[in-house]
Amino acid sequence: MAAILDAQGLHKSFGAVAAANGINAAIERDSVVGLIGTNGAGKTTFINMITGYLKPDRGRIHYEGRDITERAPREITRMGICRSFQIPQLYASLTAYENMMIGIGAVLRNARLGGFFSRGEPLVPGHNLPAEEVAARILERFGLTDYRDKNAQVLPGGVRKLLDIALTMVAKPRILLLDEPTSGVSAEEKFGIMEMIMKAVRAEGATVLFVEHDMEVVSRFAERVLAFYDGRIIADGAPGEVLNDRAVKRYVIGGELHRIDEELGRGHA
Amino acid sequence: MKRDRTRLVLGAILAAIVAAGPFLPPWLLFILTIAIARGLVALGLMLLLRAGLVSFGQALYYCIGAYTAGALGIGLKVSDVLLQMLAGAAVAALGAWVLGFLLARYRGIFFGLLSLALSMILYGLIVKNEALGSTDGLNVLPSTLFGVRPGEGWLRYSVVVAAAFAGVIAALLVNRYLRTPLGRLAPAIKDNEIRVEYMGASARHAIHVKYVIAGALAGMGGALAATTVGHIDPEMAYWTTSGEFIFMTILAGTGSVIAPFLGALIFGAIHSVAFDLSPNTWQMSLGAALLALILFLPDGLWSLFARRKAT
Repeated sequence: MAAILDAQGLHKSFGAVAAANGINAAIERDSVVGLIGTNGAGKTTFINMITGYLKPDRGRIHYEGRDITERAPREITRMGICRSFQIPQLYASLTAYENMMIGIGAVLRNARLGGFFSRGEPLVPGHNLPAEEVAARILERFGLTDYRDKNAQVLPGGVRKLLDIALTMVAKPRILLLDEPTSGVSAEEKFGIMEMIMKAVRAEGATVLFVEHDMEVVSRFAERVLAFYDGRIIADGAPGEVLNDRAVKRYVIGGELHRIDEELGRGHA
Repeated sequence: MKRDRTRLVLGAILAAIVAAGPFLPPWLLFILTIAIARGLVALGLMLLLRAGLVSFGQALYYCIGAYTAGALGIGLKVSDVLLQMLAGAAVAALGAWVLGFLLARYRGIFFGLLSLALSMILYGLIVKNEALGSTDGLNVLPSTLFGVRPGEGWLRYSVVVAAAFAGVIAALLVNRYLRTPLGRLAPAIKDNEIRVEYMGASARHAIHVKYVIAGALAGMGGALAATTVGHIDPEMAYWTTSGEFIFMTILAGTGSVIAPFLGALIFGAIHSVAFDLSPNTWQMSLGAALLALILFLPDGLWSLFARRKAT
């Protein structure tokens, strides 16, 4: 299968700290890829470099054969790579519905539709529906219909997370990067929410990369796993293979256990 | 979707001015015209305020518009109100377009102070320039309309009608702009610029466009004020003038394109009454009015109407 996204030799340092230390990854079209690794392993830096938020010090990123390394986030978004955030980035003073309409407005504008001189109501490209219907449909797919008229700042954490992801869907992304889609969600709800997200996302036919700390979620939803450690990918393959890899067990999953212990206030002896 | 009654209300206001104008005293027509001139500036400030930006230097474009009208009258003997307003808007828009490349990079206090600094540079330039009348300013020719110089009794009326037409058209255009995807982006820019960029939109471009529109409106208002007062001076670019425009905008609120005109009218009224009652301490009354407003109507006067509609 052809790679839709190809990152080669990505390096990024913040002062003395190397957040990316030679990341190589080719992502196949329509695949679902889980990114695992302890905090600081380079997962979010990887996502930030792909989406143009950070420019790598060295290395190139190609998307469908085009070099996107130097492009701005908005250009990359327009090309079809969208992302959600670890901490939801919403328009806090607007309702869930208005949040969606702002996003749809951006899509219309990029297609030069609905401008000052245009007449009538344009259909949203990719969805072929009027703006209001697109907003309603995506909100429904993410189970957000009941929250439609509530301000984003008063929504519960999990709902904010879902709205953050729903916002990425208005642009019909070809690649979707989800940064910890289930963080802040209770363990019981994780699978249900992930199920809903994947169903909604796959209905649109996007390639998905998601960062996740829960290995059960990873093994259930990812087709392929990239394990990050110290700014590098130390294992790359099917979930069963990667999660049983010795180095991954020691540095990533072991690290995760260590992290949980730290959160619970227990240190390893 | 909620039906937009803005057009209807604007039409009614225009009709009222046209119909009642001949029966109103000249001083009231003068106050109305000045309110329209200032309302145009406040309308532009409202656009910026919706995106979370406060320009402390909108008097820059007000002054550019006024001096453009003055130059047209003195240099080219063009005294047509509408032509002067158009020219004032065009020159101010050009200035805003050029300066916008710089200002659209800044937010918050930096945007405010940079705009203030630019307006004070213009003030300084005019004060030092004898050809522009220095601190004394220049007199502007009495207005004409479509080549006709109205008789003494009709001058104020014809100017207020021309101003009302121009004001209503400007308000309608801005109202339509607010409904375009670019116009709707304003509250999103105010809330979360990162998300705006990650939706494929450019916050900087959107702000630049708003800044040019705001500049054009201020220029239009300045030209109208120049021809109405019959005199221009560098005070029009002074920072206190900018402060008054911000006062009107906050007084009005950002709820409707009609609000800035109402804000300008009420500002004029508060100013006149306060000045009448206590000529030496009128600023204090103005300050008290603003304080009361921020305490009791933080979303501006327009929230009174919006609230009533909601219930």
